[in-house]
Amino acid sequence: MTMSAPAATPGPLATDAAIEVRGLVKHFGSLRVLDHLDLTVAPGEVHGLLGPNGAGKTTTLRILLGLLRADGGQLRVLGGDPWHDAVALHRRLAYVPGDVTLWPNLTGGEVIDMLGRMRGGLDRARRDELVERFDLDPTKRGRTYSKGNRQKVALIAALASDVDLLLLDEPTAGLDPLMDATFREHIGELRAAGRTVLLSSHVLSEVEALCDRVSIIRQGVVVESGSLAQLRHLTRTSVVAQVRTVPAGLEHLPGVHDITIDGTRVSAEVEPVGLAPVMFALAGGGLEALTTQPPTLEELFLRHYRDELAPPSVQAGAEPAHHRRRWGRRSA
Amino acid sequence: MTSTPTRGAALAPPASEVPSPRPAAAPPGGGPLAGALTGAGQVLRLALRRDRILIPAWTLGIAGMATMSAQATVGLYPDLPQRVQAAEVVNGSAAMIALYGRIYDPTSLGELSMFKLTAFGAAIIGVVFAYLAVRHTRAEEEAGRLELVGATVVGRAAPLAAAMAVVAITAGALALLTGLGLWVAGLPLAGSLAFGAAWGTTGLLFGAVGAVAAQLATTARAATGLALVALAVAYVARAAGDLAEQAPGWASWLSPIGWTQQVRAFSGTRWEILVLPLLATAVLVPVAFVLRSRRDLGAGLLPDRPGPAQGRLGGAWGLAARLQRPALLGWAAGVLVMGVVLGSVADSVEGFLDSAAMRDIIAALGGEGALVDMFLAAELGFVGAALAGAGIAAVRWLPLEEASGRAEVLLATATDRRSWALGHAVVAMLGVAVLVLLAGLAIGIGYALAVGDPGAVLRLAGAAATRIPAALVMVGIAVAIWGIWPRGGWLAWALFVAFLALGEFGTLWGVPNPVMNLSPFRHSPMVPGPDPSFGALPVLLAVAVGLVALGVWRFGRRDVSTD
Repeated sequence: MTMSAPAATPGPLATDAAIEVRGLVKHFGSLRVLDHLDLTVAPGEVHGLLGPNGAGKTTTLRILLGLLRADGGQLRVLGGDPWHDAVALHRRLAYVPGDVTLWPNLTGGEVIDMLGRMRGGLDRARRDELVERFDLDPTKRGRTYSKGNRQKVALIAALASDVDLLLLDEPTAGLDPLMDATFREHIGELRAAGRTVLLSSHVLSEVEALCDRVSIIRQGVVVESGSLAQLRHLTRTSVVAQVRTVPAGLEHLPGVHDITIDGTRVSAEVEPVGLAPVMFALAGGGLEALTTQPPTLEELFLRHYRDELAPPSVQAGAEPAHHRRRWGRRSA
Repeated sequence: MTSTPTRGAALAPPASEVPSPRPAAAPPGGGPLAGALTGAGQVLRLALRRDRILIPAWTLGIAGMATMSAQATVGLYPDLPQRVQAAEVVNGSAAMIALYGRIYDPTSLGELSMFKLTAFGAAIIGVVFAYLAVRHTRAEEEAGRLELVGATVVGRAAPLAAAMAVVAITAGALALLTGLGLWVAGLPLAGSLAFGAAWGTTGLLFGAVGAVAAQLATTARAATGLALVALAVAYVARAAGDLAEQAPGWASWLSPIGWTQQVRAFSGTRWEILVLPLLATAVLVPVAFVLRSRRDLGAGLLPDRPGPAQGRLGGAWGLAARLQRPALLGWAAGVLVMGVVLGSVADSVEGFLDSAAMRDIIAALGGEGALVDMFLAAELGFVGAALAGAGIAAVRWLPLEEASGRAEVLLATATDRRSWALGHAVVAMLGVAVLVLLAGLAIGIGYALAVGDPGAVLRLAGAAATRIPAALVMVGIAVAIWGIWPRGGWLAWALFVAFLALGEFGTLWGVPNPVMNLSPFRHSPMVPGPDPSFGALPVLLAVAVGLVALGVWRFGRRDVSTD
């Protein structure tokens, strides 16, 4: 039906997914904000939507909430249509916007209770516990809260509801490290309770610490999606080795990049496919010391944004530009 | 000449004396205001840049309104006897006097041209200038933009000083443009300039009132509300003064709008009266500065008290009622006080029948009782229109909640978006209906107390009820505009002002009847009065309901827009 993603024609949507999006398109005027976006979130998983500002994360969440109407594509949230079944779906989900504004005259406590009731009831004991743990003064008026405290009000309201799905737009943006840790604890509890969480972020460490699966979004398209293990598979391990004699032909092994040999010290970036041959070769050279660093999500992230971070015209180096773009790494 | 260096030192930033870019180089001996006013020029430029459309539009619009009225009057009453007759009709009607004021010299063309606009225009100017002052002080502070500006090399009092400069510049432009416009329209030059100056000084004064209100209240809404209460009191005081046996009564001298009238620009201009608003401004502006220097950024005169830790609000409709409640209570208080005053003066209408010609006209209309009824009907019309404005203001919550992102949080709960929108619309409509009824009751009570006729209370409340449908149409227009075009809030106000202007000046300007009939207020029956026609009321109600339905339906189908 839709001229969507080049990979596959969208068939009937899987009904068991918590969130299933195929070929989602959204325009704001002439600007195409979402360009055939695909996203699948399985029940019970904590899913990270990772991307820089303006990539379309918030727009995607707003469409999933039925606040914005999709211009094209298919989507299901908890088995329903977010636009037509908004009210029914909203009983089963909670949302925290990225930039929380509160009613100037209402206290934080009033807002939490109101939102809970409007969602269909909230757990009083849990609500009080959350207020305690997030260290929020619920008697203050909306206009007197700081950004972080406004964020807490919305978070508590969302976490205190007994819902199947949580949509969180950059949930920790205004929280201090202590509250950030409290937030992570709660996400862990939700995961243990089998709840589904979709959170957007541009903070890699947050996604790495919280999420089972990650979708990387860029200019309105999901460019990479999978479990952290799967995504790491696409990245390279840093290997630093001290050997007695440097084995010959090390640099010609498959999957070896950026190799530098400094006397008997070898450092290289190695793709998963090259790890075994490299280790054999190093062992044959009389391995004395070895340091390996697991790939970080950041590396993956940078790979997708390399174009924006460092335009090719500025790049000056021994490596060909296309090589750098394909296998981007942190610049020294 | 000798004072120049000291003034320069007091006003200019210390950085201009010392080439060092470090603020730490500011000498401590510069006086308390020297630092506080640093950067006022920059803030002023920013403010003028921001309002480069708004200020010219307002000044040209208001001056143009005066010019058009003068031009039309010059054409309508070319001869002296006609003018005198028209002036006598005005002075013979208590309703006219209460709403607009007296004509002190029946032979003066300028007095006749401007009799409606002198006080009424001053009230409009009061609203505009109070809003302008709040817009550049408390509104900026509430939005958090002042924090951004305040963190740069800008003194604490600089934004307030800049706001006052914006007010002064706008007032000056308005005075000059109005004066020139009236002169071009054919009125005497000196009188025209005096009239412009009277309006300009009124604007300046209400700008200062707005600045003080902005220091007291913590929200722009509340600050504007405070200033409007002051304005309403001033308007009622001058009405009482004008209705006094020996006009102007003492109440006129307590009212800035009374001062505007008493300049009498076109009948023996009294320039010296312009000193009164200038003096009042000279008192209020320092008060605003002192209040500003004694409070923190974002705080009001009263500190925020802690509220309940738990809430009972359970839904969108309850929230709508809670949000609209403070404004409704404010209006209710104002309406009750004003209503009782207006009702009690109605009885004195009969005292104005001092000309034989007027007595004949009144007899033909059905006697003195009819005259009182006419006056009451005019009052109710005025109150109904003003409260339609309260309704439009209440509907502003919809775009406000939507744009701020607060609606997004609500609509992400199990709340139907149409129900949310309908909640605000219904609360606004109920609010308007209750306020109009309250106004009718209050006018009835005032009148009943004055003439000893308890039956008048219910009779006037019933008469007021007939003004409700037209006011609801305005609420419906505001809801429909928002549903279709969320950024078009100004359009509802523009239509409101246009309808009011049509009602007041449409005949004078020679506007064709079909255009005049666009105004919902025109279709309200003139009650109390002889043979009123109620036929339009169901139609007005249906139109109001239809417009609300249209707006809610459109909102249900469009994106929620946040910005």
